[in-house]
Amino acid sequence: MPGYRARRRVTLAAPLVALAVVAACGAPGAEDSPSGQSSAAVSTQLGSEPITLEMYAETGFPLAKALADEFSKQHPTVKFNVREDQFTVIVENAPRVMASDNAPDIIRLPTMVDLVKDGLLKNLDPYFTAYGWDKFPASQLVQLRVAEGGRPRGNGSLYAMGLGYSVTGVFYNKQLAQKAGMTQPPATVAEFEDLLAKAKAANVQPIMQFNKNTAGINFPHQALQNQFGDPAQIADWIFQKPGATFDTPAALEATQTIQKWAQAGYFPKDANAIDYTAMMGQFQKGGGLFMFNGDWESANLDKSMPGNVGFFLFPGEAAGAKHVAMSAPNTFGVSAKAKHPDAAAFFLNWVHTNDKAREITVKVGGSSPGGPSDLGVPPAADGTVLAETLEASQQLGADNGAVDFTANATGAIFASAITPEMQKLVAGQQTPEGYVKAVQTEYEKELSQ
Amino acid sequence: MTTAVARARRRRWARTARWSGWLWVLPALTMYAVFVLRPLALTFQYSLYHWNGIGVARWAGVSNYVTVFTDRDLLKIIGNAFILIVFFSLIPVGVGLLVATLVRRITSGLFGTVVRTVLFLPQVIPLVAAGIAWSWLLSSTGLVNQVLRGLGLGGLTRAWLGEFDTALPSVGVIGAWVLIGLCTILLVTGMSKIEPSLYESARLDGAGPFREFLAVTLPSLRQEIGVCLTVTVIAALASFDIVYIATGGGPGLQTTVPGLEIYRLAFAQRQVGLASALGVVLMVLVLVCVLPIQRLTREDKA
Repeated sequence: MPGYRARRRVTLAAPLVALAVVAACGAPGAEDSPSGQSSAAVSTQLGSEPITLEMYAETGFPLAKALADEFSKQHPTVKFNVREDQFTVIVENAPRVMASDNAPDIIRLPTMVDLVKDGLLKNLDPYFTAYGWDKFPASQLVQLRVAEGGRPRGNGSLYAMGLGYSVTGVFYNKQLAQKAGMTQPPATVAEFEDLLAKAKAANVQPIMQFNKNTAGINFPHQALQNQFGDPAQIADWIFQKPGATFDTPAALEATQTIQKWAQAGYFPKDANAIDYTAMMGQFQKGGGLFMFNGDWESANLDKSMPGNVGFFLFPGEAAGAKHVAMSAPNTFGVSAKAKHPDAAAFFLNWVHTNDKAREITVKVGGSSPGGPSDLGVPPAADGTVLAETLEASQQLGADNGAVDFTANATGAIFASAITPEMQKLVAGQQTPEGYVKAVQTEYEKELSQ
Repeated sequence: MTTAVARARRRRWARTARWSGWLWVLPALTMYAVFVLRPLALTFQYSLYHWNGIGVARWAGVSNYVTVFTDRDLLKIIGNAFILIVFFSLIPVGVGLLVATLVRRITSGLFGTVVRTVLFLPQVIPLVAAGIAWSWLLSSTGLVNQVLRGLGLGGLTRAWLGEFDTALPSVGVIGAWVLIGLCTILLVTGMSKIEPSLYESARLDGAGPFREFLAVTLPSLRQEIGVCLTVTVIAALASFDIVYIATGGGPGLQTTVPGLEIYRLAFAQRQVGLASALGVVLMVLVLVCVLPIQRLTREDKA
């Protein structure tokens, strides 16, 4: 018996000793962080040697693969090895994959700030100069710039490019619009609210929006916030400029409006149990008059409800106000450890400037291809919602009204503050004041890390 | 002479046997060390640092543990796991005992096989599939609400997984559904080992079915109940898949459990240190809950 006891004590002690030994070892993590700054000369030539570019893209975003295929057709020496994952999986994997020895050459990026801080992203400034990307409208690339050390975003060196530049707004079901007495897209926020009330009275679900897993109601929230105050304030907050805060009158007013809409039943009663896929299914089945979403769904909606779907940018407070809307590049960057950075940059430049590539971006991706302002946007078929979103995108460009998503402010703000607090808000478990404060508290907590 | 040789040989054999014994367990031991002990030790090490998984880590001391025990959200999340014990452990073991007592007499024959198969089926279905199927059943247009409406109870219908009051119990029901089968099968098997003469003598002493259950069945099943409780308490505290699929932790933090939060902290928020600390705390909590159960149900044997 004592022998048994003693042995058991040894058995218990073994892992503890192991714990102590390991804990006494050095700190985890990379000792040398590879520098993203490349001072070496860059080449704008592809070279004649056959190469394979490693691309890490998003499932359900067929544009990347389509562009890669077309590129290989035009440049047979370059082959692509495309790996696809859900976007949320990429968000989780990106740092580890890019730190590994077979880092992808071209990768769909989540928020870039942490990646720049850890030196995992290639600085594209040399290519900016070499390819003359200064001929692109500066506002197009502003979200892709990160200052040294990762903060603030919005100025500093260029770290990524867009495979298409998306715009968000409101899709509407034309049949239901008729039923609700809507003859033309609303010109002011008040008109929009008026339509919501009319739809409700006509027994039409006014807004179909998801709020499960991630807060889809953050779309209408920011759409309102964009109108109620200076959008530059929102941009500063997203870019982590010192002193920027979410606790503003505009954000509060937007939150109060969302609360009002929730209480009035303008969102689905079970919004907290509807995820993105379910929302798309419902909207296509005629489950709601409006849906806040982005042009990445245009091609899809044209297919599933042809002729029955329209799109408008969310209106301002006063008629004729400049449009402000969330709009972001489908961000792709080059790993600091990429084996073929020159070819990757060549591809990114080609995406923006090649006629065929631009056409694919519009047809397959449903979004504006960006690029130099003197290149026209390839047209979409008349009467499609794709044509409407493209036009909205140009309108927004002309108004200089593009704002990034508040959900992109920090790596975890969406998951750890906006989503749970928004779910509470629409369920009546959180006040507008509490919401704004909770989001700001989490933001400060994350920035202090 | 011969006995001395034999003894020497036996001693040598004993010595080799001792060493060869180690040799036999070496592969398993290596696996255990590499895939269990090492990660365990690393987790503990990480928990003492602020680290994003890539860059350079900063020494944190016990501050991650302080956060785990003081952050209101994290405490609520740990509390959720304990509420789930009711659904994952108490209900399955209780219902399991009831069902097992009822089907005890029909364990043999075709009908018995059918009953056991049906009860055990949820164990065979992947939890992810079960989670998806249940989230359909419980959705606002799902079967559960259709049945309620059909019964004229339309007032009770709701988005079971989407509302603050019903989300956690709904997740609990899914867990109970999965684990009731396991518990029942274990208990039925345990009952089949009980001497029929015990029941006979109990009946001769004038015991009714209830008395019989308390005096004969329950004490004889002590070990099986111990196993059931251990397995299900661990399932409750370390739950992840059902919650991840059915609710994603929402609405709010209503159904977020430690397993889900560890995953989020480590991979979405990239706070590897805090995630590791929560992981260590979760392990300690599991041990604190499970060791007394083991002790209580094993006492007789010692």
